[in-house]
Amino acid sequence: MIYPILRRLGQMLFVMFGISVIVFLIFFATPGADPAARIAGRNAAPEVLEAVRHSFGFDRPLYVQYALMMKKIFITGDLTSFVNRGWKVVPAVLDSIPITLSLVFGAAVLWVVFSIIIGVAAAATRNSWLDRLLMALGLLGISMPVYWLGEVMNLITQSRYHDTWLFSWVPPLGYKNFSDDPKGWFLTLVIPWITLAILYIGIYGRVLRAAIIESMQEDYIRTARAKGLSETRILLRHALRTSLIAFVTLFGLDFGALVGGSALLTEVVFGLQGIGKLTYDALQSLDLPMIMATVMYASMFVVIANAVVDFVYILLDPRVKTS
Amino acid sequence: MMLSVRDLKVSFRTDDGLVRAIDGVSFDLEEGEILGVVGESGSGKTVSLLAVMGLITDPNAVIEGSIRYKGRELVGLPARELRRLRGNEIAMIFQDPMTALTPVYTIGWQIAEQIQAHQRLSRSAALDRVEELLAEVNFPNPREAMSRYPHQLSGGMRQRAVIAMALSCNPALLVADEPTTALDVTVQAGILDLVRKLRATHNSAVVFITHDMGVVSELADRVMVMYAGRIVERGSRSELFNDPSHPYTRALLGSIPPLTGDKPRRLPAIPGSPPSLLRLPKGCAFGPRCPARYEPCDAGKPDLAGGSHAAACFRVAQA
Repeated sequence: MIYPILRRLGQMLFVMFGISVIVFLIFFATPGADPAARIAGRNAAPEVLEAVRHSFGFDRPLYVQYALMMKKIFITGDLTSFVNRGWKVVPAVLDSIPITLSLVFGAAVLWVVFSIIIGVAAAATRNSWLDRLLMALGLLGISMPVYWLGEVMNLITQSRYHDTWLFSWVPPLGYKNFSDDPKGWFLTLVIPWITLAILYIGIYGRVLRAAIIESMQEDYIRTARAKGLSETRILLRHALRTSLIAFVTLFGLDFGALVGGSALLTEVVFGLQGIGKLTYDALQSLDLPMIMATVMYASMFVVIANAVVDFVYILLDPRVKTS
Repeated sequence: MMLSVRDLKVSFRTDDGLVRAIDGVSFDLEEGEILGVVGESGSGKTVSLLAVMGLITDPNAVIEGSIRYKGRELVGLPARELRRLRGNEIAMIFQDPMTALTPVYTIGWQIAEQIQAHQRLSRSAALDRVEELLAEVNFPNPREAMSRYPHQLSGGMRQRAVIAMALSCNPALLVADEPTTALDVTVQAGILDLVRKLRATHNSAVVFITHDMGVVSELADRVMVMYAGRIVERGSRSELFNDPSHPYTRALLGSIPPLTGDKPRRLPAIPGSPPSLLRLPKGCAFGPRCPARYEPCDAGKPDLAGGSHAAACFRVAQA
């Protein structure tokens, strides 16, 4: 048990090292990338440029700059922003993590539960009107861009119908800490959860339906029928169970990416100061330390999510353990 | 009479029209009897037995005729009633043990699942029964084997686990669909011994589907030869092997290498290949490949004629 965990950790370090080097080189060492010029502004005098270069340490060798930056992110934690000097980057990232996690976890619960219900219902009633309806709805969910859907949700719940009984409970945009106000935390997140989950319910519902229908063709389903089991049991205990393997793979990738900042659009639309929003703002102002910190965080989460998926695999599919 | 099939017809609606996979198959089975069903791939031997089991789930299939099990008509029986028979009184063993078991459950779990589907039994009682069953099919260490997943067992072991599963509710009728085809010859012999032993201990009737004449000659009491969805010859084992009357049966027997005497330089093969069910020849389906073909063969399909040993051939009917 220890060895695989250690191997995973090693893998994670390796991936993060690779990503950090690439990101660092893109911003500091590609031709024309001169962070000092960007900080000093356009048409800055050569003396000013020189002063900035010295003050930020850009005149030191690249590997020293890289090592210093890594040290400030991971060891001392006192990396400061290039844009707002003195603003510490690491606490800013740590503060935004619970916001993104709250958003993505809640949405993930919704999309897993509903996509399993939809996928199973559609597969069980294959080619019926219910199946067609569910799949058409799924396609609709996939086709709606999340920022548009989010704005429409806001328009309905915050403005047009906010005064009706239906949406009067929806609090203003923004995030409330779970520890301060659990009810407020929940209420502010309900609409963002639904918005983010709709796309994934569509994708996962369709994927699961296809996987179940495929496994219903397998020989072991015929065996299960020959055993005299009920169709429900065959569907849930045999076909669904083996179909969940594809489902989990997809889930690990999407979940990792979302926690790593892909929920950006949802965060921006609903005014949630999560990791995605932080990365987006940093990219707008080309705040290199902040970009570096958020990218490190994101890559860490993608690797962790994949490790969790591998573990769930072992639970779902006994064949993985021996091979 | 335990099982009595009369004029069974199975057709599939396809884009090219209705395809008749089984065309008027009739046979009977007594308690404790082993019936061998022989034929090439696509001759309809599996489909006809799947129809008996009610396992044809294709919505485009049309099943006609009568299948009576212990006097009860199975064609048109509600799914719930049929389910009560399946796995309980009528059990089936499939061709490929590699894919016949759900990969994510232990074999103990899967056998216990079947027992609990048909009998009111606690989990632990069901598992005790599984242990007995696995011992019965010669697992050296049944307790340990129960916790194994299918991929952890060899092909022969898996097939024995499938057989244990089929036997779990003491079925009166066992349908074995080429259970030895995917296995090594040595393992095959073990499985055949097992089938024989089961007939002796459980007095189950067995329908044994195979394309291996050698297996049939060792095991079956009576034999039924199928070609293109019809029975072309049936009779007791000795009648069929000592005195085959249909040219197809003779050709099949001719393609077995003899154990004694001079070995032929080349084994005779049946020329041509089985006809497509979509374009069956006008007369006898075997006509185009038959060495004994003459005019009447092109005119119509020969009926199965004769008593206990019957053949569907104009030559035989004439003689």
